Amino acid sequence: MKTILEYQEEFKKQRITPLNLLEDCLKNIDPSLNAYITVTEDLAKKGLGKNVEGKLKGIPIAIKDNINIKGIPTSCASNVLKGFISTFSATVIERIEKNGGIFIGKTNLDEFGMGSSTERSYYGPTKNPFDLTKVPGGSSGGSAAAVACGSAIISLGSDTGGSVRQPASYCGLVGLKPTYGRVSRYGLVAFGSSLDQIGIIGRNAEDVGVLLEVIAGYDPKDSTSSEKEIDDYSNLNTIPKDIKIGIPEEYFKQIDPEVHSSVIKIKKTLEKEGISFKSVSLPTTNYIIPTYQVISYAEASSNLARYDGVRYGLRKEGEDFHDTIRKSRDEGFLPEVKRRILIGSFVLSSEAIAEYYERADLIRRLITQEFNKVLKEVDCLLTPATPTPAFPIGERTDDPIRMHVPDRMTAGANLAGLPAVVAPAGMIGKLPIGYQLIGKPFDEKKLLSVVRLVEKIAPFKGFLKEVKDG
Amino acid sequence: MAEYKTTIGIEVHAQLKTDTKLFCGCPVSFGDEANSNVCSVCLGLPGVLPALNKKAVELAIKAGLTLNCEIHEKSIFARKNYFYPDLPKGYQITQYRFPIATGGRILVEGKEIRIKRVHLEEESAKSIHEENRSLIDYNRSGIPLIEIVTEPDINSPDMAVAYLKILQKILQSQSISGAVMARAEFRCEPNISVSKEEGKLGTRTEVKNLNSFKAVTKSLSSEVKRQIEILESGGSITQATIHYSEETGKTWEARTKEESSDYRYFPEPDLPPLVVDKEWIEEIRSSIGELPTERKEKYIELGLTAEDAKIISNSPGSSRLFEEILKIIGDPVEISKWILRDYMSLGQPDISAENFAEMIKMVADGEISRNAGAEVLKEMVESKKTPEQIVKEKNLIQISDSTTLEKVLLEVFEECPGELNRLKEGEKKLIGFFVGQVMKKTKGKADPKEVSRLISEYEKKY
Repeated sequence: MKTILEYQEEFKKQRITPLNLLEDCLKNIDPSLNAYITVTEDLAKKGLGKNVEGKLKGIPIAIKDNINIKGIPTSCASNVLKGFISTFSATVIERIEKNGGIFIGKTNLDEFGMGSSTERSYYGPTKNPFDLTKVPGGSSGGSAAAVACGSAIISLGSDTGGSVRQPASYCGLVGLKPTYGRVSRYGLVAFGSSLDQIGIIGRNAEDVGVLLEVIAGYDPKDSTSSEKEIDDYSNLNTIPKDIKIGIPEEYFKQIDPEVHSSVIKIKKTLEKEGISFKSVSLPTTNYIIPTYQVISYAEASSNLARYDGVRYGLRKEGEDFHDTIRKSRDEGFLPEVKRRILIGSFVLSSEAIAEYYERADLIRRLITQEFNKVLKEVDCLLTPATPTPAFPIGERTDDPIRMHVPDRMTAGANLAGLPAVVAPAGMIGKLPIGYQLIGKPFDEKKLLSVVRLVEKIAPFKGFLKEVKDG
Repeated sequence: MAEYKTTIGIEVHAQLKTDTKLFCGCPVSFGDEANSNVCSVCLGLPGVLPALNKKAVELAIKAGLTLNCEIHEKSIFARKNYFYPDLPKGYQITQYRFPIATGGRILVEGKEIRIKRVHLEEESAKSIHEENRSLIDYNRSGIPLIEIVTEPDINSPDMAVAYLKILQKILQSQSISGAVMARAEFRCEPNISVSKEEGKLGTRTEVKNLNSFKAVTKSLSSEVKRQIEILESGGSITQATIHYSEETGKTWEARTKEESSDYRYFPEPDLPPLVVDKEWIEEIRSSIGELPTERKEKYIELGLTAEDAKIISNSPGSSRLFEEILKIIGDPVEISKWILRDYMSLGQPDISAENFAEMIKMVADGEISRNAGAEVLKEMVESKKTPEQIVKEKNLIQISDSTTLEKVLLEVFEECPGELNRLKEGEKKLIGFFVGQVMKKTKGKADPKEVSRLISEYEKKY
């Protein structure tokens, strides 16, 4: 199992060629997993042909199919975008291309990122590589499965309420949701714009740092991106000894006891390394899911209004414009997306906005204040990544409330705009589970350094299918 | 039906004079081939984000300042959600609860009209309806607009038009907007109500699709009549959109079905709050030229009549010249007369204020006559010579020497014995006749004041 930097060494020494690596990855694409909506072999080979030097030279990267690559379909796993081909590339895609990275395919997701299982895709569910009867998590389940099965070295996902971290946890990977504004959203198809952030799913902290270094930083095309300088995220060798980590008690309630003990094991391992811990409390934790639902649904109802069949995508002719739009949207969206659009429209309606949207916005501020207050006392927070390991396919598809349960661990970081990383904490049976670190704004390097430290002292080998090195 | 009081408020949408659109780099133009000035952002493709045009913000601030508004250092963009084929994102980015400017006022015919708010927003695309199909031109999609909203301070259709004309002039003179109505750069939506009860407003209707000032006057007058007729016959007004037909000059109520739309406004998450610092606002303030209405008030204070002040203040060239000459020689009333009677009738040509001032001074000092002054002015425009040179060349020096003038006067007396006798008998109006005769004989060079003084002396002797 090589890191991205190790592959660069191998290429230099000509022990492997980028083409060998790409071919290995292509071989590892497992159709039974349904991780990809579009495999972009030609695009990847064309990318190799350009022979661009850089940190990501020749590294096959999988891209969630809600991030635009020029000339390639962007489906968002929705029938409403049938036949739509991107006319431009996302800023992250351009930055990866400039650094020599290549794109192996567009990965499956819950339609428009709305889900926690990658079951709600027009293109069918993605399966967990560790157990084909289980979900890979979602909504970036395709991006997680693609890396876990060795068909991509690393991948991009998007995280609105945990959509990068929860699948990383279910698939035994490192998943990072950067600080809101750290990575440009330009070219990411919006779900909940104030919560969305492009994230990374990789096999180790260093790889994630390498890719973050490439994609992070100010973008004039995204007014919400930060002008703050980026860090050398791939340099994780300084061991963070003097840091203090908070344990928020609310995150250890209502969780699987084995998840609980695995995360506590991580805590004990770090304590041995001299890192100190402190119990802290975040009483607003119980409000995270409803607050997240109201805000993300409200924004989604507006963000998805553009899919009207007028300019692109699916169009079903009706009697007049309003009828055409009704029919196109009715056939275009799956039930969960419709449910969220309806609720989102309701919470913004003049009779409900004060009770729902405005109240949620207020509670969001309280949640943010509470995080920031606690993060003055400690450097970051340690929590479980998910309350349980991956659940069975089909178990929660008819139960939106239960489907949202994992968000309780992850959506707080989205509401508060904080960086958070998930990494392997162990196995329960044959299923991996993860721990989560939530940090101060722009503290990605510190979070990744802690993950790196855990990797060094408690390496979780044997999780992944080995990529055959040619 | 004089007992009804009319109340009008107006929303104006003005297109800002920028090179590019509000949230993308597409050029703003008029009359280009359909869908030639479009990109992924103004077409609202999946994944795009808006990036605010700074020039548009500057012009919106400028508009706010010229309308005496308070400029808010922090304003917030919002989404107005509704479905329409010409609205590519399914929402319009506008400002709702926190506009960039509020609380302004302008004077219209001596009455203060309060400006409720000025806010920034994006234009929608243009639908073109053909017999069997509708086409959409997205060239207009995303063009920057400001919406200017008055309080209900306007009391008649004529005042509404007067307000619109002043507003249009301000936007044009400050280069905020081309404000050409025929190009949809300046559009107005008046709302109107009538009421008998003092201090109580009636139910208002909103008049749409007005493409000229004439249409504004006619539609509002027609709407006043329509509302009064309904009330007089015992009916009541329903809050509705009113359409106006240019052909019949009549207004009618549109179907009220779509009126209850709920726009579900909420803060635009893709744009952080718009923060403008005080320094920038002050910089923009100092770039604003004086407004015609402000100049007019100033000229009235200097002693000009309201009419004269209005004419000069409305012409930026004449105003500038007036003020420059004023700095050199003072005497605003005299300068205004020269500008109104002589300079403007020459078509307001380029002229040196120093030379103009010197000419006025020569007349005032009695060196040349007023008529000669007018001649000098004409010559100055044509030859660019100084008044001194012209006066010398044309021998226009005024004769003020009493011995010379007395000689001419005596000659006139001899030629007109009849008139002289009537003068002697006390017929005062003949003084003017003799002054005229002397002017004639001297080809206008005689100093009329000195001549009439001499005549009066003669008169006393007899």
